[in-house]
Amino acid sequence: MITLSMNGLKVSVEKGSTLLEAAQFLGFPIPTLCHMEGLSPYGACRLCVVEIGEGPGAKLVSSCTYPAEEGLQVRTGSSRVMRARKMILELLLASCPQSKTIQDLASAYEVRQQRFRQEYEDCILCGRCVRMCEEQMMAKAIGFRSRGEKRSIGTPFDRQSEVCRLCGGCLYVCPACQLRCTYTTPEQAICGGCANLSPPCIEKESFDDTMCYMTPCVACEIKKD
Amino acid sequence: MERLRSTDEFRMFRQRLTVERTPDLLTLIIPAGTCGQASGANDLIRITKRELLGRKLTGKIDLRITGCHGFCEMEPSVLVEPTGTFYPRVKTTDMVRIIEALDRGQVLEDLLFVDPSTGRSIEKQEEIPFFKKQVRTLLSRNEKVDPIRIHHYIENNGYSPMVRVLAGMQPEEVIAEVKASGLRGRGGAGFPTGLKWELLAKQSNHGDKFIICNADEGDPGAYMDRSVLEGNPHSILEGMIIGAYATGASRGVIYVRNEYPLAIKHLIIALRQARQLGFLGNDILGKGFSFDIDLVKGAGAFVCGEETALIRSIEGKMGEPRQRPPFPVQKGIDGLPSLVNNVETWANIPVLFDVGAERFTQVGTKKNTGTKIFSLVGKIKNTGLVEVPMGISIGEIVHEIGGGPVSQAKIKAVQTGGPSGGCIPASKFDLAIDYESLKASGSIMGSGGMIVMDENTCMIDVAKYFMKFLKDESCGKCFTCRKGTQRMYEILDDLSMGRGTPVHLDLLEELALVVKDTTMCALGQTASNPVLSTLRYFRDEYLEHIEHRRCPAGVCRALITYSINENCTGCQLCLRSCPSEAITGEKKEPHRIHPERCTKCGVCKTVCKCDAVTVQ
Repeated sequence: MITLSMNGLKVSVEKGSTLLEAAQFLGFPIPTLCHMEGLSPYGACRLCVVEIGEGPGAKLVSSCTYPAEEGLQVRTGSSRVMRARKMILELLLASCPQSKTIQDLASAYEVRQQRFRQEYEDCILCGRCVRMCEEQMMAKAIGFRSRGEKRSIGTPFDRQSEVCRLCGGCLYVCPACQLRCTYTTPEQAICGGCANLSPPCIEKESFDDTMCYMTPCVACEIKKD
Repeated sequence: MERLRSTDEFRMFRQRLTVERTPDLLTLIIPAGTCGQASGANDLIRITKRELLGRKLTGKIDLRITGCHGFCEMEPSVLVEPTGTFYPRVKTTDMVRIIEALDRGQVLEDLLFVDPSTGRSIEKQEEIPFFKKQVRTLLSRNEKVDPIRIHHYIENNGYSPMVRVLAGMQPEEVIAEVKASGLRGRGGAGFPTGLKWELLAKQSNHGDKFIICNADEGDPGAYMDRSVLEGNPHSILEGMIIGAYATGASRGVIYVRNEYPLAIKHLIIALRQARQLGFLGNDILGKGFSFDIDLVKGAGAFVCGEETALIRSIEGKMGEPRQRPPFPVQKGIDGLPSLVNNVETWANIPVLFDVGAERFTQVGTKKNTGTKIFSLVGKIKNTGLVEVPMGISIGEIVHEIGGGPVSQAKIKAVQTGGPSGGCIPASKFDLAIDYESLKASGSIMGSGGMIVMDENTCMIDVAKYFMKFLKDESCGKCFTCRKGTQRMYEILDDLSMGRGTPVHLDLLEELALVVKDTTMCALGQTASNPVLSTLRYFRDEYLEHIEHRRCPAGVCRALITYSINENCTGCQLCLRSCPSEAITGEKKEPHRIHPERCTKCGVCKTVCKCDAVTVQ
């Protein structure tokens, strides 16, 4: 067993567990996107950062990849952590505004504005699908390509992979594209708040250019002013 | 070459080489590293060979083709040994004259280096101000050896430190010596080398241990590792053999970027020669210690200079970092303990064991011992590679070695540490160069790039340039590094286009701090430095761009206008040069630039002889 201090509490966890597992076991909430039980830790989304250490040596690390160490001081919700998380969520919203998961997380962390130029991407490149395909389905049909802003996920040379069994595992594990708000078909809309206003604050045609990620809806808030 | 089977055989071999050598033979040294070859050193070599053979001077004058000596600006150059005469920027037509003069024992006054500040010509290399202030422990060895001839290296005391270590020291003593020397990793972070070696030595001895030479030098404008790889590859091999002996490693890897073809060629030759002489392989010099080195070529990713990404790349996987711990010393290549040191660190090891730890610590400061090579480039008179003792001030490098500003414009700042370093303003030029003070000033030592900027440089433009580099070179694994660098670039672009608002500035700073805090590897953690350091020292320049939509340095195209002032003599030079026909005017009448057609290319300002084009 390893003894460490988490948010001021002395706790013992099993050797080999990560800080995220320790925090989850103790009930401290840490948001994650790229982490999934059964897949190897990856540390890509950075949402699970926690602060470790004391004084000037304190730093943020991703809790999903950091092993529990004897005597470590961990803070899962310090102001530094919260500031970082909010900025990460703002960046996520700026790029993938239509993901319900991201909308909910942003809402829970009280992100009330998005100051970057709006983009409409779907993938956050968390790599869950890649790891699912490789580690659970033993297929390695998809992988990462290129780097930096050109990074993407796909099959080699964008041709249908011979090893893909069309199992759908990659779709199943995606944290970003599930439950996307589909206002254009109102019966599938998630909250429907924007549609139920009279007159609707968002025109149907311009749906693709709008975003809905907060309670209450940001478009409705703007309309009120 | 016969394989040497014991340290005594090595000593005899070395003695034979010394006996065969003619002492004080006149030698023409032509540096032909990548920089030398690019500026025409190969032609000089061809002419020299032809002339020496044709005039039957081969016994009297020797030719030595070496790696770069550091004064890249003056290449192709010729150095004469033992007199030390230095001829800069030698034209092919002058080469024959130099050989003739050498044959007669004369010096060609008209071809000598002219000091731009005094106008006097200087004959000897060591008296040139550029070389005078330097302590060229590593670079001076480049002059002495032809990198493809191992006996040159051995004649110049090469492999002797290694033999002494193998013959008379225990691995623990070797590590203690490195620790006592205070040598710190030259790759940028400055981790104590001795401590790293000790950590590897302590790892259990089941299976292989690796030591790695990180030769993936990717910073724009930095090439000090290349010059060592090209000019003195055996010093790296020797350092690695000593390292392997001390740590118990059995396998070595040199990870070199594919963009350095000459370095790869010289390394392959050096490895072959070292194997033939028995410095690599099984039972080295009969000491029962086995070690060999492989060469791995990188495919051109900046991020592969980061140690965990480098290890993944060696394993044949995609080059992207992973979170430490476990550190490579615990789990490296294929899960085996691995130690990564930079080229310059390895090259320092033979020097250290040659002079001993005590004398090594006498150079530099207490916590930062030894010398460091910087590649000094930008708006200064003398550019090239400079090797200086740690703790020297930035001002000394810029003004005394670099020779000061190249034009009328004053020097504004120095950018150190490559793309993820920071800018240090001229007001802080008395700052001593060591790992701690550079970090405290918001920059980093990095691998040693040093770019000097003058008043005609816009700091936002500089930050934007480096951010573009980083957003392209970020591996993209970490969300905050990938998106953070993209968004920082986006904001900097907005500012340079005159679309900035005060909100942008706050957002930029907030984002930069979070990116610094939350990313996984050193690339992301330092990616904010260009933004944060320019914001810290040049905030007024940012505000000028936002509040007055003005670029004080006259660089950001969207914010400047070109106009012609009263100095214009109506020579029509600019009118004829303008690619967009935006200038009109009669002969001998003042001309006019039409802003609606002007593309702000700056050609008119470049061609104008009477300083009549103003940028606002």
